[in-house]
Amino acid sequence: MDVITRHLPEFGAGLLQTVELSLLALAGALVAGVVVAALRAAPVAVLRGAGMAYVEILQNIPLLVWLVLAVFGLPEIGVTAGLFTTAVVVIALYQGAYVAEAVRSGINAVPVGQGEAARALGLTFTQSLRLVILPQALRTVVQPLGNLAIMTIMNTALAAAVGLVELTAAANRVNLAEADPIWIFVTAGLCYMALSALTGLVSGVLERRLVILR
Amino acid sequence: MIEVRGLTKRFGGHTALRGVDLDVARGEVVVVIGPSGSGKSTLCRCLNRLETADEGEIRIDGEPLPAEGRALARLRADVGMVFQSFNLFQHRTVLQNLTLAPVRVRGVPRAEAEEHARGLLERVGIGDHAGKLPAQLSGGQQQRAAIARALAMRPKAMLFDEPTSALDPEMVGEVLDVMTGLAREGMTMVVVTHEMGFARKVADRVVFMADGEIVESGPPADFFAAPKSDRARDFLAKVLSH
Repeated sequence: MDVITRHLPEFGAGLLQTVELSLLALAGALVAGVVVAALRAAPVAVLRGAGMAYVEILQNIPLLVWLVLAVFGLPEIGVTAGLFTTAVVVIALYQGAYVAEAVRSGINAVPVGQGEAARALGLTFTQSLRLVILPQALRTVVQPLGNLAIMTIMNTALAAAVGLVELTAAANRVNLAEADPIWIFVTAGLCYMALSALTGLVSGVLERRLVILR
Repeated sequence: MIEVRGLTKRFGGHTALRGVDLDVARGEVVVVIGPSGSGKSTLCRCLNRLETADEGEIRIDGEPLPAEGRALARLRADVGMVFQSFNLFQHRTVLQNLTLAPVRVRGVPRAEAEEHARGLLERVGIGDHAGKLPAQLSGGQQQRAAIARALAMRPKAMLFDEPTSALDPEMVGEVLDVMTGLAREGMTMVVVTHEMGFARKVADRVVFMADGEIVESGPPADFFAAPKSDRARDFLAKVLSH
């Protein structure tokens, strides 16, 4: 047990890094996901195609491959960003593909008449989407988005593989020094569980608050 | 005000409209009746391009109906539409339903839009429900709110696509009363309906459609007393026999 208390600062720093990475990646994933879902609902075929290509390309290559490619590949072509920034952007774009699919199912769940009424009032396509369709679509997919938020938090652990010292990497370092894997990784696991429990709680509250009467 | 020439609309192999011609003068109330599947709703939806016609031309106020984009949005803003299923925005209060388009499309200041909206809600008899969500209202109240929402844009003409077909019988009257009031005030209206009483009482002209064509049209007194075509006679015999 005292192996944990002795290394609290390392665990704390790792946990903080995981939380920062998760929050920023989540925010980015939400923005990317909503934009891509909007593209996939657009009346212009080229935009729909672009949205679909995004989802297919991002989803069908493992996140670890994307991370390695970005961290080691981008500097080769002259793009340099910090390790943390690169990880945030890659995870956000990757999770964005999943968010886009969840939001798209939400858009499909909004009755067709809502969009027709909006257009009949003179709202442009973008306005109908932004003011009428998306607000209703997002409310119906709070729970799947909560799951994706948890998936995002878990996926930040992959950043350890490219050298970012987040919670998993921090635990690994402590273990290299102490060789007490059970205590160390159970502690790391409990931290992840606490984060996902918190996320589940928040999405549950949001779902109850935002539910639409029909 | 509204001129339709040779309008044809196909859904896959099914032809919903076959070369329909229709003129609606300013202030005129045209009631479109006919059996289901006759194309009357499709005609109504083509008038503000919720359905895109395959052939033919529609002019509103002398201007051809724009194909897409902002010009089309501007035209739609001038032509109010009321749907069978109300289609109030479920996530917004009744008042917000009325102010959304005036504020976002016309750029009316919010306070002014709200004042106008409250006046309209009073007029359709649901002034007390401004702060409620659509789901908290009865069907009749929702439809009256939907009419008020269309009126909030100060439209030049109003399209009604079977506005009472989804209502419980005891709520049909309150919606038809609002529509009758509008007609009396001189609103240009195209009304697709199965309410023969309304057609008889309020219409300036009745248009009878069957199989995607306008079979006959004329003043309601003449049409209901002595329909010229067999199909209209047949239809009236069916709907008026109970």
